[in-house]
Amino acid sequence: MLRHYEITFLVDPVLSKEELTQIPNVYADLLKSNGCEIVYIDHMGLRHLAYPINKKNTAVYYCIEFTCTDPQVIDQVELAMRRDERIMRFLTVKLDKHGVEYNALKRKGIIPWKEAMAKAKAKKEQTQQEASAEQNSEASTTEEKETQNTES
Amino acid sequence: MPSKEDIKFLSNPDIGKKKKRYCRFKKYGIKYVDYKDTEFLLQFVNEQGKILPRRITGNSLKYQRRVARAVKRARQLALLPYVTDLLK
Repeated sequence: MLRHYEITFLVDPVLSKEELTQIPNVYADLLKSNGCEIVYIDHMGLRHLAYPINKKNTAVYYCIEFTCTDPQVIDQVELAMRRDERIMRFLTVKLDKHGVEYNALKRKGIIPWKEAMAKAKAKKEQTQQEASAEQNSEASTTEEKETQNTES
Repeated sequence: MPSKEDIKFLSNPDIGKKKKRYCRFKKYGIKYVDYKDTEFLLQFVNEQGKILPRRITGNSLKYQRRVARAVKRARQLALLPYVTDLLK
């Protein structure tokens, strides 16, 4: 059973640039050596935290998306992350089919809810325009009738 | 018979009509709630960071549960706060 997983982890922001770019690659290699295919490594960048962790207010976020047949691998990876002092927090999530689809679209640049909202907005504007056009045509026809009546 | 536009009421005749509540996930066909998407999740959270109840957001039970799960994950990853003031 090929399962899709996603592991998001926060890294200490105080590290040097080389170390920061190295860390996700280290874990990606660890996964690859255990027979997992890596779908995507997302560098989410430096972000401000919602609450301080270990007295730090910012962190660098990374997200690795991968597929795996053997779930024991994840235990090993998580253990390695726990031992690594540079990683402040991590979260492993199993992705269902909707999640996989969402991620694929996101990589193309399409975010489903934004698309849906934009579509709905466009539709609303269209119906409003049609309604106002109808009203205008109605008003013109009533005006014509009135002028006809006054003439007659 | 005068048309609706000709009749003038002192109060709004639309008063008392209930706004149709709908689940935005079912309406727009959104199937997945991403815990990393704080912009989207802020719609379901109040100014104190608490998750809004279903009767206010209009979500169906299935999607309310998914939203709650996503918010809790985001809180763990410090993308959303547990408790705060002036979130919005």
